[in-house]
Amino acid sequence: MNIHVAGENALMIYFGQDTSPAISARVQQIAGRLPALLGDQLLDLIPSYASLLVLFNPLLTDHLAVRKAIKSALAEGADSEAHEGRLLELPVYYAAESGPDLAALAERASMSVEEVIALHQRDEYRVYAIGFAPGFAYLGQVDERIAAPRLATPRQKVPKGAVAIADRQTAVYPAVSPGGWNLIGLCPTPMFDPTAEPNMPVSVGDRVRFVAIDRSEFLSLGGELSEGSWR
Amino acid sequence: MSVNIVSPGILALLQDAGRFGKHQIGLTNGGPMDPLAFHWANRLCANPAGATAIEVSVGGLKLEAQQALRLAVTGGEMPLKINGVPTERWQTHCLKAGDRLELGYSQRGCRAYIAVSGGGFDVADDFGSTATVVREGIGGLNGSALKAGDELACHADLDAQCWRVPAAEQPIYSKQVTLRVIPGYQQHSFSRTQQRLFFHNSFEVSDRCDRMGYRLTGPAVSSNIEGILSEGICLGAIQVPADGQPIVLMNDRQTIGGYPKIGSVLSLDLAKLAQLLPGDKVSFTPITIDCAHNALHLAHNRFIAAQLEPLCSEEK
Repeated sequence: MNIHVAGENALMIYFGQDTSPAISARVQQIAGRLPALLGDQLLDLIPSYASLLVLFNPLLTDHLAVRKAIKSALAEGADSEAHEGRLLELPVYYAAESGPDLAALAERASMSVEEVIALHQRDEYRVYAIGFAPGFAYLGQVDERIAAPRLATPRQKVPKGAVAIADRQTAVYPAVSPGGWNLIGLCPTPMFDPTAEPNMPVSVGDRVRFVAIDRSEFLSLGGELSEGSWR
Repeated sequence: MSVNIVSPGILALLQDAGRFGKHQIGLTNGGPMDPLAFHWANRLCANPAGATAIEVSVGGLKLEAQQALRLAVTGGEMPLKINGVPTERWQTHCLKAGDRLELGYSQRGCRAYIAVSGGGFDVADDFGSTATVVREGIGGLNGSALKAGDELACHADLDAQCWRVPAAEQPIYSKQVTLRVIPGYQQHSFSRTQQRLFFHNSFEVSDRCDRMGYRLTGPAVSSNIEGILSEGICLGAIQVPADGQPIVLMNDRQTIGGYPKIGSVLSLDLAKLAQLLPGDKVSFTPITIDCAHNALHLAHNRFIAAQLEPLCSEEK
């Protein structure tokens, strides 16, 4: 375990070099303990794959005191029960019209489009981090056979609900945004709603499984297909 | 009571002190790019710290008072006119109904702040803050930058004294600044030679600079790692992508990223960087986190201890 200075009001805890559910669970556990230890001195926390950024108010405390609090959170050891997180099923309309990179991804993997769709649904994914944009959840890890590098030229406009793969990560774009991930389908479930409570259907540590739906189910669940929205 | 935006100029945003505690759903901080100028504007209006004000970038804003009110303009050197008559920044002004305020384009300094007395502009919170982050569509009026025709509600507070920020406390905006850096994050992935290159050369502010980040151009600095597992990014973090051109991450930065970082700029100096325009020069100097801590406390205490100067009636 390493604690590093990140900035005037930030310490970074590194838990390892890899992506694994065990490391992620440990990140979550420490993130859960720090608010009680730091109180008002804590500004925010950013948990990620194998790290936790601790942001504090430098007018109320200093890096030495925060480091001490972090060490005491780490010293408590692992909880006996592993936190499983909730399981959420997300419907996906996988098709050429909803997933413009599906065919290329299948070709790259030397398998059929149906096999890619089946593999993407087969595994349960863990929410490793939330960031990049409001409600963007990094899910991992997809089967190595359907892992794919980011596009050489990112798209100017990826539609809301786009289900995508980059390396061994997968995600649902919560809103229209630029993006370089490979698009394989569309999900009608909103991933971020500023007016809802909670704003997101998942939080870090939860699990997600994708379930295929057809075009009419997608439309009846409120999904939208916008012509030419990929450009 | 309200103020009417006649023209927003290049970019005008409602900002309070920023949105905190929401990184876990992916929301960034927003907030004033130059907090010192922002806090002075609110103090001139006797507002609570962090009251909602307008941040004007580069210039060109015009507004009209719908009722009598007091306001203050601080920050970048944008020529200020009230009803066409040039007047001073860094002080409170009394406007009557129908009076027009205009900020010209800046020669030095990129961000100015307009605060209004009576507790600032009255705008509904979004996730605990009024800070506008256009990229997220959150804060301000419907998540957008101010537009011509926007009406900003405010409250009366007319019998109070008008004030001026003492000359010694008014920042001088330069076209060349040295930014103090707390080395950290992946600093050790930059060799001694590369760190020397970074700390002993000057960089230029490119035209790719916005509220998310300032991309600098200069000698290429290389790290011995290409990327890292995506991790949290703090304010001021300096990320160095493969092309070796550093990007200093500002208020509207993404919360998570995977580029190596050499350290983070002291927030007091980020405010100076935020006042630079493309073509201006920056250099970096390393400081310890303890020095950073002391600098923050000293700056805070200096702001608290400084006294505003009362204006007599003919100066209003």
